[in-house]
Formats: sequence, structure tokens, C-alpha cells
Amino acid sequence: MTMMEKNWIEIGTLDDIPRQGARVLKTRLGCVAVFRTADDEVFALDDKCPHKGGPLSQGIVHGMSVTCPLHNWVISLETGSAAGADSGQVRTHRVRVEQRRIYIDASALHTSEVM
Amino acid sequence: MHNEQNGKRKLVVIGNGMAPGRALERLFEASPDGYDVTIFNAEPRVNYDRIMLSPILSGEKKFEEIVIHGDGWYVDHGVTLYKGHKVTAIDRAAKTVTSEHGETVGYDKLIIATGSVPIVIPVPGHKLAGVLTYRDLDDVNAMLLAAKSGGRAVVIGGGLLGLEAAAGLKAQGMEVTVLHLMPTLMERQLDPAAGYLLKCAVETRGIDVITKANTHEIVGSDPAAGPPRVKAVRLDDGTIIPCDMVVMAVGIRPNMALAKEAGLNVNRGIVVADDMRTSDPDIFALGECAEASGQVFGLVAPLYDMANVVAQQLAGNSEATFHPTATATKLKVTGINLFSAGDFADGPDREEIVLRDAARNVYKRLVIKGNTLVGVVMYGETSDGAWFFDLIKRATDITDLRETLIFGQDYAGGSPLDPTAAVAALPDDAEICGCNGIRKGQIVKAIVDKGLTSIDDVRAHTKASASCGTCSGLVEQLLQLALGEAYNPAAVQPMCGCTDLGHDDVRRLIVAKGLKNIPELMQQLEWKSSGGCAKCRPALNYYMLATWPGEYEDDGQSRFINERVHANIQKDGTFSVVPRMWGGMTSAAELRAIADIVDKFKIPTVKVTGGQRIDMLGVSKEDLPAVWSDLNKAGLVSGAAYAKGLRTVKTCVGKEWCRFGTQDSTGLGVKLEKFLWGSWTPAKVKLAVSGCPRNCSEATCKDVGVICVDSGYEIHYAGAAGLDIKGTEVLCHAASEDETIEITAALIQLYREQARYLERIYKWAKRVGADSIKAQVVDDLDKRKALVERFVYSQKFAQIDPWAERAQGKDAHEFSPIRDLRIPEAAE
Ligand code: SRM
Ligand SMILES: Cc1cc2nc3c(=O)[nH]c(=O)nc-3n(C[C@H](O)[C@H](O)[C@H](O)COP(=O)(O)OP(=O)(O)OC[C@H]3O[C@@H](n4cnc5c(N)ncnc54)[C@H](O)[C@@H]3O)c2cc1C
Ligand code: SF4
Ligand code: FES
Repeated sequence: MTMMEKNWIEIGTLDDIPRQGARVLKTRLGCVAVFRTADDEVFALDDKCPHKGGPLSQGIVHGMSVTCPLHNWVISLETGSAAGADSGQVRTHRVRVEQRRIYIDASALHTSEVM
Repeated sequence: MHNEQNGKRKLVVIGNGMAPGRALERLFEASPDGYDVTIFNAEPRVNYDRIMLSPILSGEKKFEEIVIHGDGWYVDHGVTLYKGHKVTAIDRAAKTVTSEHGETVGYDKLIIATGSVPIVIPVPGHKLAGVLTYRDLDDVNAMLLAAKSGGRAVVIGGGLLGLEAAAGLKAQGMEVTVLHLMPTLMERQLDPAAGYLLKCAVETRGIDVITKANTHEIVGSDPAAGPPRVKAVRLDDGTIIPCDMVVMAVGIRPNMALAKEAGLNVNRGIVVADDMRTSDPDIFALGECAEASGQVFGLVAPLYDMANVVAQQLAGNSEATFHPTATATKLKVTGINLFSAGDFADGPDREEIVLRDAARNVYKRLVIKGNTLVGVVMYGETSDGAWFFDLIKRATDITDLRETLIFGQDYAGGSPLDPTAAVAALPDDAEICGCNGIRKGQIVKAIVDKGLTSIDDVRAHTKASASCGTCSGLVEQLLQLALGEAYNPAAVQPMCGCTDLGHDDVRRLIVAKGLKNIPELMQQLEWKSSGGCAKCRPALNYYMLATWPGEYEDDGQSRFINERVHANIQKDGTFSVVPRMWGGMTSAAELRAIADIVDKFKIPTVKVTGGQRIDMLGVSKEDLPAVWSDLNKAGLVSGAAYAKGLRTVKTCVGKEWCRFGTQDSTGLGVKLEKFLWGSWTPAKVKLAVSGCPRNCSEATCKDVGVICVDSGYEIHYAGAAGLDIKGTEVLCHAASEDETIEITAALIQLYREQARYLERIYKWAKRVGADSIKAQVVDDLDKRKALVERFVYSQKFAQIDPWAERAQGKDAHEFSPIRDLRIPEAAE
């Protein structure tokens, strides 16, 4: 692993996620939704809408937001906060992309994988 | 280790590229007598402008014109240049470097400037003769030589280098195909809208572009016919492109092997601190080989900044430090103007200003954060690039410029433009609508004389903007001028915040302008956001699909989850699965298969739906393909319970069994469902067929309902029994089953072509009027026939069971996690 810090783990490449789409990362503490925007930015959020727990990974990605598939709350990929009149926030995870590889900060995932 | 004769310190440079060239210039200015310089260069030549290799390839320039330092320069500055000497070792303890020809030279300070090496994808055949990279003059000469014999070149990589190579080879008379892995060209520098325009421009030059192309193998010629060389490229999807040359331009990798062997700290590149020193303070790394602030670089601007810092440090200024700033990119292909700079990703804390001028193929997008400009992408018109770039780099407060910023420097700070001023200034005989030859005077007169208040009125009375619609904006401005405050443009409900156009305008323009995909549409119709939103994208995707059957490639990411994965999402994130039961008919075999599947996958709930079929609820997403595979084996296909498309055709038992039945209502329902299944429609479509007016299948509240009578079939439509309740209206009487099916198909096709996305049939019928519908699907037999033909044609591409495709692996990424961290993996 060439990544400088030990708690970054590689989860796949940019090409694994369709543009304006998402994939699920399964962890022992629940699912994390990993999004890729039209501009190839990658974000990771707990896969749980702050409204009623909808799986955000299944929503439509537009700009830097995702629209929850259950009741259409619009969640910011950057901050995890709900837009407009709705209020609530979902936990975000740090990710970085280097040479198309996606790394996630595992410190908040508490998996046994952290070396 | 000072030079004994002149007391100067010894500086050795490895690599003679653009970065050290600039560093030496600066060093000689700052400290003319400080160092005795020796350069080793693996390339057998002086320092030249690598950026200008593309004009050499295209024949626009000669090598002499791109030399930066001629031989005389080295003599003047007392520099020893070893041309064609590759350094093979650095001895940090002895402070010497040694070249492959055995030359060993000592140093006080060393600069490593070994640049990058082109990445070669290790597909089978990558070592064949005729496979080239694009990095130095030798590569260009090899390409020029090969191009002499003509033929086809395949360029792998649609980034800056690949496209420049493609344009150059085309100029040399070759046929050229560019393969690009991503959906749009130059995706790292351009957003999808600009990437789309670039693709059009490249294609206009006669260069073929294949995006989403994954190279599988480079095929060589038969070894029996002499030393094998490139013969073709084969893609993952099996496409074979015969060719005589392959140019790989897929990226570069910092060249750091030497530094690594010498024990210097390396990561993606040779790691340097702000002062450009490596982990050994006497050794600098400079240029593309260096990694500073965690980044590596591939454009000269930041390398020149680095060069400056190295020169300052060598001259004794220990304060000088390097900090990366925004970079700007241009493509050096004559006639293609594009520019991108800074960070143009969008975000909630950012705003964008988009200007699209479809007629001139211009696209400009500014990304603003707070009071500053942070990114810009421009296509077609780039003269303000330098100005915008300067605003980004200086983080200038643009509050006062904002109103007119997108129009460029010429308007900066001027009074905000009044959009109607230009139209007001036009003479009365200026032509506004080119399609119909309508002049300004005619339009204004009609508005005033006839009291017109909307663009639809103007279209109806003058035909202006009724054809291609590009002059709609001008017509609106005329309305505004003539009516002042009284004009209310919002009379047309825009599709969403991304556009001022309503659904009908968009549908009309898709046809009139032949718009065939979403990025093209957003450009041509001057969308105000760069990539649309969750409201317009599903609508546009449907309009494209309905307008261009067989041509348009469905965009899954623009679909709501249910349609994207062909199942209905439930509140807990699981899915429900509803197979078709044609006309509500089922059999022991089907029921047995369903029972087995429910057991096998431990499906928690099985329910009979209100649509006469069975719903399996609570299936996990990962199980879906396997469940579908088992259903397919029993002959069951998707019931499209998730689709804006044909849902159910409910039937009653009819003449077969019922004592009142007049016709075979069950059989007709099955026939209708088999004819109509698979089609995508603006909103869901549900049918029912009842065997007599007692109407046990509730046909009189459906989108289309058939009531069988002794004399034939009464076709009803436009009923509702959901959010609204409304009985159907009678459309007509049909004598036979075939005629019933034909009229139903014509009706649904007309609905597919006219309705707004999410508009159920009863709402559409109310809007366009029952008379116009009846005229086209019942009375005018030619129109009816044409509608049916268009429907049947579109069904060729729609009647494919989506479950079967996915059970066989389509969209596999949808049904599996990117990674499962619960499963421990062996450490790397
Ligand atoms: C499963 C079913 C209920 C049942 O258990 O019987 C059902 C379930 C849902 N209906 Fe329905 N409707 C079902 C028959 C109906 C019927 C009765 C019928 O088809 O004869 C109606 C009234 C007729 C009509 O369509 O107008 C009906 C009117 C609606 C509506 C209101 C539509 C409207 O335009 O007024 C919605 C909301 C919508 O579509 O926006 C809706 C939406 C839904 C959704 C899709 C809600 C949602 O968005 O998630 C439910 C999906 C559950 C699932 O995952 O399967 N469902 N829904 C029925 C499936 C029929 C089938 O076999 O495909
Ligand atoms: C076709 C093309 C077009 C480009 N267009 C643009 C553009 O439009 N805008 C832009 O900003 N940038 C452009 N670039 C990129 C730009 O040219 C490079 O970023 C820049 O030239 C890198 O300079 P450098 O000094 O770091 O390395 P280089 O110029 O690569 O120089 C490295 C030198 O070191 C030599 N070397 C390597 N190893 C050894 C060794 N062990 N011993 C001795 N010598 C060694 C190599 O032979 C090479 O000559 C383009 C590049 C190419 C190839
Ligand atoms: S009526 Fe339809 S939408 Fe409402 S809860 Fe029942 S199934 Fe869901
Ligand atoms: S659960 Fe996401 S909007 Fe309701």
C-alpha cells in the first residue's frame, strides 16, 4: 500500500462506480454509500437517510446532491445535510481518489481491517 | 568539492527537460558565477519545448522552431551537456552520479529532473511493432515515418495528448480512431457538456471517436508473413478495428526509479518539501518527477514555479518555497477552442453561471464560491480564459463583476446588460424567425393589434418560433418590449429550475432539432445547470427513449431506482418482485415455482396484488438476479410493477365460464398485454377487459378499459381510481379483437408522443381534448396506421425481459457492493 496513512483503505476504483451513481460499501457497522458525481468527485456517506433511514445509495445523484429514493429528501454529498426545508444530517466519511483508486478513511468504520 | 580552478560549486542536473531548463535560466540570472553546471540527458538533444511536439506532428512547425536552448547557450554559460547519456546511479555518500557510458561526475548540489514515462497498458500485443507512445521527438519521428504509408491509426486515450496525436496523424493523411475509456473526452479537464462539444468537433474533422471503449487486445499480423506488427485492436465488446499503428496516450507516471534506488523518499513521485529539496538536502527534485504538497504535475506552469524555487534556493535564498496553484488547460488543435482552469466540480457552497449559445456552439461555465471565482470551463469562445484564470489565481473579489462576469472582460464592471436592449434596437424588417421568415414588425404588430399575451399566442397567429424554436427567446423579448410589466413569461410552467422551457417545448425541440442525447439537449436548449436535476433527468430520458427508439441508449443514472433495477424499493431498502401473470392467468407450474423461490430465498411476504398477480416482498437487492433467474426458468418475466410503462391488464373470466360473458375477455386481455408489454410511457398505464357491462374487472376506471358486448368491443379510456377518481370516457366501438388491439396501440402511441412526463392518460386527454385524440386514433385511418407502426417499431427494442438481461449479468455493479469489509481479506 502506497498510501501514506495507515487508516486509509482502498475500496475500488473510480471505474467501479457509474458517473452520477453510487455503490455500497459493506462494513460491520452498516452500509456506507460511495457516490461518484458527473465531475468525478467521490463522496461517502452512511447509507441511511436522516429522514427515515432510506438507502441513499439508491437515489438519483445530481450536482453534489443525492435525492433519497423513499421520500425525495435532497442530501448534500459534501456535508450530509438535508437541503431546503428539511433538517437532518447523515455522517460523512473522508475519501480520497489517487490515480483513479478510491481510498476511504477507515478510522470511523471500526472494522478489523484497519492495520 | 569546489572546482579547484575557479572556486565555483558543482551543480549536476539529471534530465534536460523544460523544468531544469527554466531553473538554470533563473539561476544564471540570480547567481551568474555561483555554479559549474553539468547536465546529463538521456535524450540525445538540447532542451526543446516539448509542448510543441503536436505542431511538429501535424506539420505546422519544424524542430528548429521549438528549441529552447541551442548549443550556443550551453557554451555561453559554461554548461557541460552530456547528450544521450542516461544516468544509471547516484552515489549519495560519494556525491557522484554515473552515466550508462561510464561517465562519473561529482556534485555539491544535484537536481533530479527525470520527467515522466508514458504508461503502456499491458494488454496482449502491447509490445508489437507499430505500438507507439507520445512523449519525445523520437516518438514523433516514429509516427511521422509510419504515417507515410497511410492506413489507420488507433489512438488509445482521449485526453489532451491523445487528441493532439489524433489531430496530428489525421493531418498527416491517416484515418484515425480515438478510443476512450470514459463516456466523455478529456474528463479530467472538462465537464460532460464541454466534453460532448469537443467530441462533436473532433468527429467533424473526420476522426472517429469511440467512448466507453476498453481495449482488450492488440492483434498482430501472422508471424509466417514476416516479423509480426500491429494489425488490429480488439475491444472488450468484441469490436475489431483494423489498423496499422497504435498510439498509447493513456497517461504518464513520474520517472523516479533512479531516486528510489538512491534511497530517496518516494511516493507517487520523488517527495520534496516546500523548498523543493528531497529527503537529502543536497538533492532537489524538479518537474514531473517531483511530488510536492502531495501532488504530482503534468503541465508546465507549476513546473516553472518549481524551477524558480530551485533557482532561488541554489542562489542562497532559503525563504523561497513552492505552493501549487490552480492550473489551466488548453488543447492545441487548430480550430478547436477549449479552456479549463481551477476546480469546476459543483457543490452546495458553490454557484455556477452557465452561458450556452447553441447557434455558435459556445459553452461557458463559471464556478463561484463565496465572492471568488474558483473554476472555469469554456468551449468555443475562450478569449477570456486568461482573464478568468487570473481572477481565480488572485482570488479576486468578484462581487461587483458578478452580473456580467460570464460575458467576459469587455463587460466587466459595465452596467448590467438589459437583455431587451438589443432586440429593441433591431429595425422592423429584421428577421426574427428564420424558419418561417417572420420579421420583427409583423410580430410586434400582431401582439399589439390582436392583444397577444403569450408565446403560444404569437406562434398561433404568426408562426414565429413555431418550428425549430431557437428564436423563442427573441419572441419572448419582443413580448416583453411590447407589453412591459403586463407580460408574464411564467405562463409556461418550466420543467424544473434547470430551464425556462416547459415540457411541450422540450418535446417539440427534441424532434425539430434532432436532439439525440441528454448532454446534447442541455447544450442546444441552453440548460442553466451543468448536469440537470432529479426532476428533469428522468423526464428527458423518457423523451429521448420515446422519440428515438433503437437509437437512444438508455441512461440508467437518470432513472428512479425502481426503473433502474427493475424492482420496487421498500421502506427498509429491500425490494419487491412482481412477475407478469398475463391477464391475471396463472398455472400450477408457475405457482409451484413461486413457492419454491419463496422458500429458497426466504422471502418474508407473499401477497396477491390489486392488479391480479403475486408480489414477493422483502427480497434483498443482492438476491434479485438469482430470484429472477429462477423465475425466468419457470417462464415468468418482469411484471414492470415499477415502471412508467405498461403495468397490468386485468380481466374477468368472460365467455369461457361466466354465464353472462359476451366475448373472450380473458383471452383479449392476454393478447393486449402480450402486445403492449415492455413499452415505456409517460406515466404508468393500466388496462382492464370486462366480459360484459357488469364490469367485474373494473375496466371503467382504467387508463384504457374494454367492455365486451354482443356486437363487439366498447373501448373506454381516461379513467382514474388512484389519487383522483374518474369514470372512463367512451372512445369508440370496435367490431373485432384485432381492431380493438390496433386502436388501443394507436392511442397509447399518441399518448407516448404527446404527454408530459408523469401525466396519466386522463390528464393528457383533458389537456389536448378528446376530439383531437379521437380524430387521430379512430377517424383518420392513415394516422392510426402510422401510429401503430411507430408503436410496433419501438416495441422491437422494448420487449426484452429486463430480468433475463440482469440475471445474465447486465448492470452487475447495481447488485453487488463495491467492497465488503465484513469479509477479512489477506493483507497485501
Ligand atoms: C402492490 C400494489 C398494492 C397491492 O398490494 O395490491 C400497489 C403498490 C404500490 N402502488 Fe399502487 N399498487 C397496486 C395497485 C394499484 C391500483 C389498483 C389497480 O392497479 O387496479 C391503483 C389504482 C389505479 C391507478 O393506478 O390509478 C394504484 C394506485 C397507485 C397510485 C396513484 C396513481 C395515480 O395516478 O393516481 C400510486 C402513486 C403513484 O403512482 O405516484 C401508487 C403506488 C404504488 C407504489 C408503487 C408506491 C411506491 O411508490 O412505492 C406501491 C409499490 C409497492 C410495491 O413495491 O410493490 N399506486 N395502485 C398493487 C400492484 C398492482 C400490480 O400488480 O402491479
Ligand atoms: C505532446 C505533448 C504535449 C504537451 N502539451 C502540453 C501543454 O499544452 N501544456 C502544458 O502545460 N504541458 C504540456 N505537456 C507536458 C509538458 O511538456 C511537461 O509537463 C514538461 O515538458 C515536463 O518537463 P520536465 O522537465 O519535468 O520533464 P521532461 O520534459 O520529460 O524531461 C525529462 C528529461 O529527462 C530525461 N531523463 C530521464 N531519465 C534520465 C536519466 N536517468 N538520465 C538522464 N536523463 C534522463 C528524459 O530523456 C527527458 O528528456 C505536453 C507533453 C507532451 C509530451
Ligand atoms: S395504497 Fe398503495 S401506496 Fe398506499 S400503502 Fe397501499 S400499496 Fe402503498
Ligand atoms: S427516508 Fe429519505 S426521504 Fe424519507
